[in-house]
Amino acid sequence: MFCKCAARASSALRPLHPRCGILTLPALNNTASGSGTFWSRTCKRESSNVNSASNSKVPQAPTWEPIAENQLPSPTRVSPDLVDKLERLALVDFGSKEGVDCLEKAIRFADQLHVINTDGVEPMDSVLEDRELYLRDDLVTEGECAEELLQLAKHTVEEYFVAPPGNIPLPKREERSAMLKDSEF
Amino acid sequence: MATSSSGYSRMFFKLRKYANKSQHLYHIDSFNLVIRTIWTSGSKTQLQTKVHTKSLPQMVGVVGLEVHAQIQSTSKLFSGSHVRFLAPPNSLVSHFDASLPGTLPVLNRRCVEAAVLTGLALNCTINRKSLFDRKHYFYADMPAGYQITQQRVPIAVNGILVYSYFEGHRRNQVVTKSVKIKQIQLEQDSGKSLHDDEQSQTLIDLNRAGVGLMELVMEPEMCCGEEAAAAVRELQLILQALGTCQANMAEGQLRVDANVSVHRPGEPLGVRTEVKNINSVRHLAKAIDYEIQRQMEVLQSAGKVLNETRGFDSKSGNTIPMRDKEGLQDYRFMPEPNLPPLFVYESEASLPAGVDPAQVVLIDRLSAQLPELPSVKRTRLVEKYGMLQEHSFTLVNEDGLMDYFENVVQTAKAEPRKVIGWVIKELMGNLNSQNLKVSQSPISPCALAELINLVEAGHISSSTAKQVFQEMWKAPEKTVGQIVKEQDLWMINDKEELQQICKRIVDSHPEEVQIIRGGNTKVLNKLMGKVQRETKGRTDPVQVRAILEKMVS
Repeated sequence: MFCKCAARASSALRPLHPRCGILTLPALNNTASGSGTFWSRTCKRESSNVNSASNSKVPQAPTWEPIAENQLPSPTRVSPDLVDKLERLALVDFGSKEGVDCLEKAIRFADQLHVINTDGVEPMDSVLEDRELYLRDDLVTEGECAEELLQLAKHTVEEYFVAPPGNIPLPKREERSAMLKDSEF
Repeated sequence: MATSSSGYSRMFFKLRKYANKSQHLYHIDSFNLVIRTIWTSGSKTQLQTKVHTKSLPQMVGVVGLEVHAQIQSTSKLFSGSHVRFLAPPNSLVSHFDASLPGTLPVLNRRCVEAAVLTGLALNCTINRKSLFDRKHYFYADMPAGYQITQQRVPIAVNGILVYSYFEGHRRNQVVTKSVKIKQIQLEQDSGKSLHDDEQSQTLIDLNRAGVGLMELVMEPEMCCGEEAAAAVRELQLILQALGTCQANMAEGQLRVDANVSVHRPGEPLGVRTEVKNINSVRHLAKAIDYEIQRQMEVLQSAGKVLNETRGFDSKSGNTIPMRDKEGLQDYRFMPEPNLPPLFVYESEASLPAGVDPAQVVLIDRLSAQLPELPSVKRTRLVEKYGMLQEHSFTLVNEDGLMDYFENVVQTAKAEPRKVIGWVIKELMGNLNSQNLKVSQSPISPCALAELINLVEAGHISSSTAKQVFQEMWKAPEKTVGQIVKEQDLWMINDKEELQQICKRIVDSHPEEVQIIRGGNTKVLNKLMGKVQRETKGRTDPVQVRAILEKMVS
């Protein structure tokens, strides 16, 4: 929804979708500082129109500050063995140099969380933690759609899904690079 | 038994001293081990350490059980598909069970209640707040790639399961033990996979995928197969009494995996192996005993026990390493993002505002619904009827037998102790030989009560009654009176007739009479037997004995 609005807004003076709650397009001056992404642009535009700066939940000026390298724990290096293990566990292919670099950068980004003091704060496991978990009555409401489900599988045998016998282990690193060379990728 | 053990061990000790480790001796070693294993698995008091040359304490087995009990509910744990044992493949599968994208889990209240009831029956602490997690591993019968379980904070923790088994020559000394239950958690079941080795493929049926399971994790406090079997039997009775699980191992409603290791008491625990594919309580005992013995043999021959998963082969009674050797799995547990924490409340009074009492699980409401547990039933039977403990076990173990018994006792005018004999020996004997359940018994409680009344009133003798019982079994439509009249089995109570019969026997056996007069009264039993045979058992042994004694002397 936001992307659509932003797209429409950037193509100049078309009225925005009614659900945004805005009927006219404001001047683009407010966002001239350009915090970069679509998201922040649309948010600022909305808030400055709907709430006219007094109730805005978005700060008028950026409040974040960069964290010095010395505050973070030492950078994590991902060893090839760990890469192998993760690939086997998650079946995700990121064995190339770029993949590992990306992973290490992501870990570094998340390291910033270490700076926060969480003494006495319970970890949050779900954003829905203040809601009641809905408990359903014990009634039969679904099922009997075997045909529909079996159609989704390429290969079925007499109403059963077909799978290879047991787990096929992922080939080792050396064999895999050889496989990839031969494949189309 | 104790003296012969030391005799054998002394003999083996000498043999070992004089020979080196040849193949021949290994067998003697393991035979020795087998003897010790059999003797120590019975009772701890027989542990005697005079066998080893180095006087090390005996190795003992350590058994911990992981029980998965399928919750008896109409629909599955997180979806509204039906739960049924036999159904066309993939017909009881909803979009969520097939892990189609965009589907979300919705928790079933009945499953939570079942877990809380089981927790209360096993004296657990119910966690007011419990969390759901994802356990990731890949297997074709789990299409999502993860299983929703409760690893961090399960629904119930720290319970006790009290169980008993019988020891001694005649299996009449009861030994009561307890095992701590570490936790009870709710989790999803996986689908079923049928291996087709010919075509090198596996056929997947997702009917069972998503059914609610209660996983009960027990502490490793048991030491042998017998204890584990007794614990599982007691658990089966409790679950069946609560109605939370039908606990039929053959149908897969109760699955038990055993974690077995051996060590010397005082030393740290040894490497454990997990034994799976156990289909009945008897197989459980066999599998555990075999595994303990195997591990002891491995360690005796200076080998190392591997941390692996082994399957039990019921035909050979051995455990075999299972195919998929993946080493230690890393399940990458993560909180289930689609399910907020599960809250269970004490009572309506403690509910926060705006919460509908019909919607949530209340512990005091469930406590009030707890039925009479098997141990309570047994104590009641022993106190009310004065029966032996082993009989109370038989009555409670067999489905419906306790009600049958109480029915007969109420209708019949006999003492409960006599009724017990009839129910346990005659009735159960016949039921077992024909593999019938109590509900299928051709003889109703009233008919049995009638029969017992006849015996009590002296109209038929107890040996005739047994005959009549068998006749009633074969022809349930006839009444007791009919059968007795047809076969003319009325007791001969007429003193004249008795005197005549006894006189006849005495006259036709002059040598025996002489022997009795000489002092050997045991021969009187032979004469009594003759009288019984003549009259087809229709006489009261006490009266006959009195008459014969008078005649002979």
